[in-house]
Amino acid sequence: MVDHVNELVLPGEILTKFNESEKTQKALLGPGLRQEDGDIIVSKPGILKFREPNVYWVDSFQKRYIPTKSDTVIGIVTAKAGDIFRVDIGGSDQATLSFLAFEGATKRNRPDVKVGDLVYAKLLVANKDMEPELVCIDSGGKNDGLGVIGREGGFMINTSINLVRKLLSAECELFKTLGKNLQFEVAVGVNGRIWVKSRSVSQTIAVVNAIEASEFMTNAQIKTMCKKLADTLAGF
Amino acid sequence: MQRSALRVEKEKSEEERQRDIDDEHWVLDLPETKQKESKYVFDPSYTSVEQLCYGRMSFNGFNVEVEKLMKLHNASAELEAAEEREREISVPDKEMANRYKSLIGTIGKKFAKKRQRSEIKDMDDGKVTIDLTQDNVPMKKKKNKEKPKFLKPAD
Repeated sequence: MVDHVNELVLPGEILTKFNESEKTQKALLGPGLRQEDGDIIVSKPGILKFREPNVYWVDSFQKRYIPTKSDTVIGIVTAKAGDIFRVDIGGSDQATLSFLAFEGATKRNRPDVKVGDLVYAKLLVANKDMEPELVCIDSGGKNDGLGVIGREGGFMINTSINLVRKLLSAECELFKTLGKNLQFEVAVGVNGRIWVKSRSVSQTIAVVNAIEASEFMTNAQIKTMCKKLADTLAGF
Repeated sequence: MQRSALRVEKEKSEEERQRDIDDEHWVLDLPETKQKESKYVFDPSYTSVEQLCYGRMSFNGFNVEVEKLMKLHNASAELEAAEEREREISVPDKEMANRYKSLIGTIGKKFAKKRQRSEIKDMDDGKVTIDLTQDNVPMKKKKNKEKPKFLKPAD
């Protein structure tokens, strides 16, 4: 197993000899690995990644979102049906969002959500045989940054799932570097949707362009790009 | 008497019926199959596997509410990382206790008086603490005895 880490794996390959944690004697397998008749087989083409002490997953290029439990996503409300909203989250099926799953919502006090709104929500149920279900509250009943976004402007873009993962990883410097010079706000959904809002249209365009350009850049390249961008925005 | 006879009869019939039921049941004559415990835990989410950050961000005070949430989320992540580091660096309680056990003599010396120190040198470490406590009491008494008393001057 150890010799496969950071190497290309293809669907159907059987993997063995996983590092197990000392406490539980178990290995944690992430996306791209599946168990079939006791064997662990690869189900996605990509690079096999490993993190101490016992976590394995396949890092592959992907544009189609597959709903997974406890992911935070940006959805578009497409319909109001009785006491639920139908929300498009980019998956194969529309997700449902109960009107009670908002902070402070009761049967009488319905949340103000309209068709066409963007919602930043968390997946409560994600099952390959069932409709995904969204909520806009955490387990304590607080909104925790979830809910309707983009009522007062902003701009949403669709990107690959990989870019979103790159932007949200702890090593990525893009938003930190941009944030030194610009005043803006972003909401990043792991379904590949990013919503940006800033003081002016030109600034929003700048941020969006920076995000789209950074997909295959290193941190050093990102920094030089942000510097150039800040200079152009300032009028040099 | 009649009641107990009835009860016995009832029990008997119950037993017979149970036997009939058992005979009717079909059972596969196989050894019990054991469910093997899986060696793997599956987590299909990139969020937890890659430890992705909190998805809402605001910079330069654009949205104060979001910045507060950001701070909260990042603080909890940092706290976890710090705890992990602490666990790696810090000394476990047992090791600490062992270390101090071997240091008893050295620390005891610090609190001992000069005269006792010379005695300590001759003794082995284990005895020292006990000897110190025992020695202290008679020493004080001795001192009291030696204290000069007022002597009445002779006229």
